[in-house]
Amino acid sequence: MSRNAQLREHHRAKGCTQRRLAIAGALCALAAVVLLAQMIRLQVVEHHHYATLSQENRVKVEPIPPTRGLIYDRNGTLLAENQPSYQLVITPERLEGVARTLNRIDGIVELTEAQRRRFRQRLETARHFEEVPLRTHLTQREVAEVAVNRHRFPSLEVQARLVRHYPQGEIAAHALGHVGRINEQDLRRIDAAAYRGTDYIGKSGIELAYEEVLHGEPGFKRVETNALGRVIRTMERQAPRPGDDLILTLDSGLQRVAERALGEQAGALVALQPGSGEILAMVSHPDYNPELFIEGMTTERFAKLAEQGQQPLFNRAVQGVYPPASTIKPFIGLGALEHGVVTPRATVECDGEYHLEGRDRPYRCWRRWGHGEVDYRRAIAESCNVYFYDTAFRMGIDRISGFLEPFGFGAETGLELLGERSGVLPSRAWKRRAIGEGWYHGETVLTGIGLGYFSATPLQLAKATATLANRGRVVQPQLVRTIRDSIDGSESRAAATVPQQRIELDDPRHWEVTVDAMRRAVEDPSGTAHRIAEGLDYTIAAKTGTAQITGLAEHRDDQPEERPRRLRDHALFIGFAPADEPEIAVAVVVEHGGSGGAKAAPIARSVFDAWLRDDRSYLQALEARRRRAEGGREASSG
Amino acid sequence: MSKSALPNAQGVGVRLSFLQSRLHLDGLLLTALLAVAAFGVAVLYSAFGQDWGQTQQQIIRASVGFAALLVCAQIPPRTLQRWSLWIFSLGIALLLLVMAKGIVNQGAQRWIELGPVHFQPSELMKLALPLMVARLLSEHDVPPRPSRVLLALALIAAPTLLIALQPDLGTAVLVAASGLFVLFLAGIGRGWILGGLTALGAGAPLLWFFAMHDYQRERVMTFLNPESDPLGAGYHIIQSQIAIGSGGLFGKGWLNGTQAHLEFIPERHTDFVLAVVAEEFGLVGVAQLLTVYLIIVGRGLYIAGSAQENFPRLVAGALTLTFFTYVLVNAGMVSGLLPVVGLPLPLVSFGGSSLVTIMAAFGMIMAAHTHRRLWP
Repeated sequence: MSRNAQLREHHRAKGCTQRRLAIAGALCALAAVVLLAQMIRLQVVEHHHYATLSQENRVKVEPIPPTRGLIYDRNGTLLAENQPSYQLVITPERLEGVARTLNRIDGIVELTEAQRRRFRQRLETARHFEEVPLRTHLTQREVAEVAVNRHRFPSLEVQARLVRHYPQGEIAAHALGHVGRINEQDLRRIDAAAYRGTDYIGKSGIELAYEEVLHGEPGFKRVETNALGRVIRTMERQAPRPGDDLILTLDSGLQRVAERALGEQAGALVALQPGSGEILAMVSHPDYNPELFIEGMTTERFAKLAEQGQQPLFNRAVQGVYPPASTIKPFIGLGALEHGVVTPRATVECDGEYHLEGRDRPYRCWRRWGHGEVDYRRAIAESCNVYFYDTAFRMGIDRISGFLEPFGFGAETGLELLGERSGVLPSRAWKRRAIGEGWYHGETVLTGIGLGYFSATPLQLAKATATLANRGRVVQPQLVRTIRDSIDGSESRAAATVPQQRIELDDPRHWEVTVDAMRRAVEDPSGTAHRIAEGLDYTIAAKTGTAQITGLAEHRDDQPEERPRRLRDHALFIGFAPADEPEIAVAVVVEHGGSGGAKAAPIARSVFDAWLRDDRSYLQALEARRRRAEGGREASSG
Repeated sequence: MSKSALPNAQGVGVRLSFLQSRLHLDGLLLTALLAVAAFGVAVLYSAFGQDWGQTQQQIIRASVGFAALLVCAQIPPRTLQRWSLWIFSLGIALLLLVMAKGIVNQGAQRWIELGPVHFQPSELMKLALPLMVARLLSEHDVPPRPSRVLLALALIAAPTLLIALQPDLGTAVLVAASGLFVLFLAGIGRGWILGGLTALGAGAPLLWFFAMHDYQRERVMTFLNPESDPLGAGYHIIQSQIAIGSGGLFGKGWLNGTQAHLEFIPERHTDFVLAVVAEEFGLVGVAQLLTVYLIIVGRGLYIAGSAQENFPRLVAGALTLTFFTYVLVNAGMVSGLLPVVGLPLPLVSFGGSSLVTIMAAFGMIMAAHTHRRLWP
C-alpha cells in the first residue's frame, strides 16, 4: 500500500470512529438531561409531597426477639433455661472522652484489656444514640455500685437481657450442646429477618439440631422516633412467639450416675430403653462446660480446652468409632445359629491358636493356653476367640455382613444429633468401594472377633444391643421425647415414627440361646463379666470386649498396666437387664481402659443398679476402689 | 526536550505540559476525578454517621485507586495492545477458577482471596474485554468485516456468560456493554446495530422466563410498581425517592439528611449513595456532580477522538462510555428510572474494587493521550 493510501485509510478509520464518538457523546448528554429532568421532577415539582413524606417518616419497625425454648429432662428437671444477665452499656453521644471514662469506670466495675479493646471496636461502627455493650455478666454487687455512681457517668446504663444458662453444668453437655453468638457462618444459613435482635443461636447438640423449634418467631413494634432517631413512643406491638420447649428422653439422675461411673477416663456410654429407643443417658468424656461458649470462646479459653487433649468437644457417643471387638460375638453367633453354621451343642477345640489351612500365621485366643472344648454358650460367656475365628471363617463374610446389617452396623442410627458417624460394617462391597481391593479370608477371621476393618459408635452398639434385648424388634434411638408448644402448652411427639422393623429368625429359640449365653458371661464364675455378679438381685445379659491397639503377639507377656497409655486396649461392654424383660440396654467404651470385664463392666453395673433399683452403693464402691487405685499409684510413683 | 513539541495529525504543534510529558497524566481529567472522589469522601462521612474510621478506609481505597491510575498511565498503548491477549486470557482463567471454587463450596462466589484483599476477576474483565476487542478490531480494517464482528461477539459472550452465571447480572451487563461499545466505535454498520437491538427486544422475554432468578424478576416487578410491596423490595425505591424529593433545591445540608441518618435509605453508603447526595445537597448538588461527570466523559471522548491510532482510540472511547453507563444506570436506579441492579456510583460509592478499576481505566485513557507519537 502506498503511503498515501495508508494515510487515506488512516483518516477514514479515524473519521469513522470520531463520528461514532460524537453520536455517543450526544447520547450521553441526552441521558444526562433525562436524568436531570427526573431529579427536577422529584426535587422541585414534587418536593412538597416528598418533604411531607420525609417528615412523617418517623415510624420505624423494630424487632422484638423471641425467648428461646427451655429444655427439660424426662422428669421435668431443667437442663437449659434463660436467665436475666445484666450488662453495662454506654451511649456514645453522651460519652466524654473514651479513655478517661473507661479508667473511671474501672474503679467501679473491673474491665479487662480484651473488654476495652472489644468495646472500642464496637464503638467505631455504632450509631451515636445506640447503646454499645461494655461488659456483660455484671454481678448484683456491680449493678448496685453502678446505680450509686450513676450521676457521675451520664453515658452509662445497666441493661437486663436473657442469656442461656445450663443449670446442671456439664451434665449431658454433648447431647444438649450449647448456644453461641451468631457469626458470619450462621448468617449464611439462617433467615436474617427471623434473627433480628437475637444474639444467640444453637451451635451443637440438641441446641443446634432443634434450633428451629427452640428459636420461636420474633415480634415487631412500630415506634415513633424523633428527628434524631430516638424512640418517643410505641404505636403498635406484635408479641413474639417464644420458642417451643423440648422434653428430652434423658434422665438427669441416671446421666449423673453414668458420668460419675465413667469418672475421669476418656470414653462414652449410651443407655437406652429397649422398648422405646429413648436414650436415658448419653455420656462422652472428657466433657466441657457449655456456658463457656455463651459469651464467645476466647482464644485463651479454647487453648485451655484443647490443652487437656482428648478433644473434649467431640461427642464420642455418636462420633467416636471403635472396633466392637468381642462385643460383636453374640450377633455373629446368632447369625451362625440361624445359618446352621453352628448348633448350640456342637463344640470347637480351642488350644489357644487358630490357623487358616495352609497358612503359618496363628490367630490367637486371648487365653494363651486355650479354652479346650467350647460349645456355643461357653464361647460367648468366656469369649473364646478360636470358636469365633472358626465360626466366622465357615460362615463367610457375605453371610456375616448380610446378617449384621439390619442391626444397624455400618449405618447412622438416624438420631437427631448432627455429625453422627456410621462406622464400618466390613463386606466385600464395602472394601471394594473404600479400599479398592478384593476380600481376603484372613479378614473374615478377624471380623469374627470384631476387629480388622470393623468399627462402630457406642450409640450403634447400644442400638444393636437393644435389638437383641427386644428379640429382634429394631428401635430408633431418640433424644427428644416431646415438643411442648409455647402458646397452648400442647405436647407432640418429636421424632417422626419410622416404620417398625423386625429381624425374623427361622428358629426364634436362637434368641433365647444367645441371651442365655450372655447371662452366663455374668453368672458363670468363668464368665468374662463375672466380676459384676456380686450381690446381683436381677439378671444381666452381657458381653465384654477388649479391643487390642497392638497385635496380640507384641506385649503379650507384659502386664497391661505397664504399657504406655496410648497402647493400652479399649475396654468395651454391652448388656441389658433384666435379661427376660429388658428395661435398659447399655453400651460402654473406655478408651485405653484395659480389659472390658474389669474396666467397662462395673460402669454398666452402676447404671443398671441406679435404673432398676435406684441404688448407688455399687457406684460408690466403684469410685472408692478407683480412688484407692489412684492413691496406690501415686504412692508407688512417689 | 525535543519530544515536548510534537505535531499532531493536522500538523499543528501542541505543547505537552510537564504533567503530560513526564507523568503521562491529563490535568483536566485528573482534577475532575479527584474532585468527585473528594466529594465522595465527604458524602460517605455523612452516610456513615460521621464514622471517621470507615471514611478513612475509603480514603485509603481512593489512594490505591490513584496509584493504579499512575501506574496504568505509564504503560504506552502499544504495550497494552500487545499484552491485551494475555490480560484477557488471565481474566477468563480467573473467572473459571472462581466458578470452580463456587462449585466446590456449593455457593455463589465472586472473588479470590489474595491475602487480605478480596479480588473480583469480573473487575479485571471490565478492562480486559474492551482491550481485547479493541485489539482484534484495530489490527484490521475499520469498519470491521462481518467475520471479525462475529469473532468479537464471541469474545464478548464468553466472559459475560461466566459472570452472569456467578450470578452477577449487573456486572455481566456492564462487561458486555464495554465490549459492545468498542464494536460501536469501530463503526460497525447500522444493520448490525438495528439487528442487535431487535434481538435484544425479542430476547428479553426469553431472558425473563428462562435466565432470570426469582429475585431479579421481583426487582423488575417492583420497579414497575413499587407501591405493591412498600415494606419489602419496593422499600428501597420508595425511601430513596423520598430522600431525593425531600432534598429540594438546596438540600438539607451536609450531615443533616434525616432519611440517611435515620437509616431509611437502604445501602446508603454503597449503591444508594446518590440519594444521600440529593437529600443533603439538593438539586444544585446533584446537578454539579452530574456536570463534573459530564466533563470527565467529554474529556475522555475528546481524548479518544484525538488519538492517532485505532487501538487507543477505541479503548479510550469504550472505557469512557462504560464509565458513563455506570453513572447512568446507578442514577437511574436510585431515582426510580431503572430497576435496581446493584451497581455502585463511580468514585463516590463505598467499596474498593470498582474504585480501583475505574481509576485504572482512566490511567489507560490518559496514556492514550500522553503517549501520542508522531505519525506515521
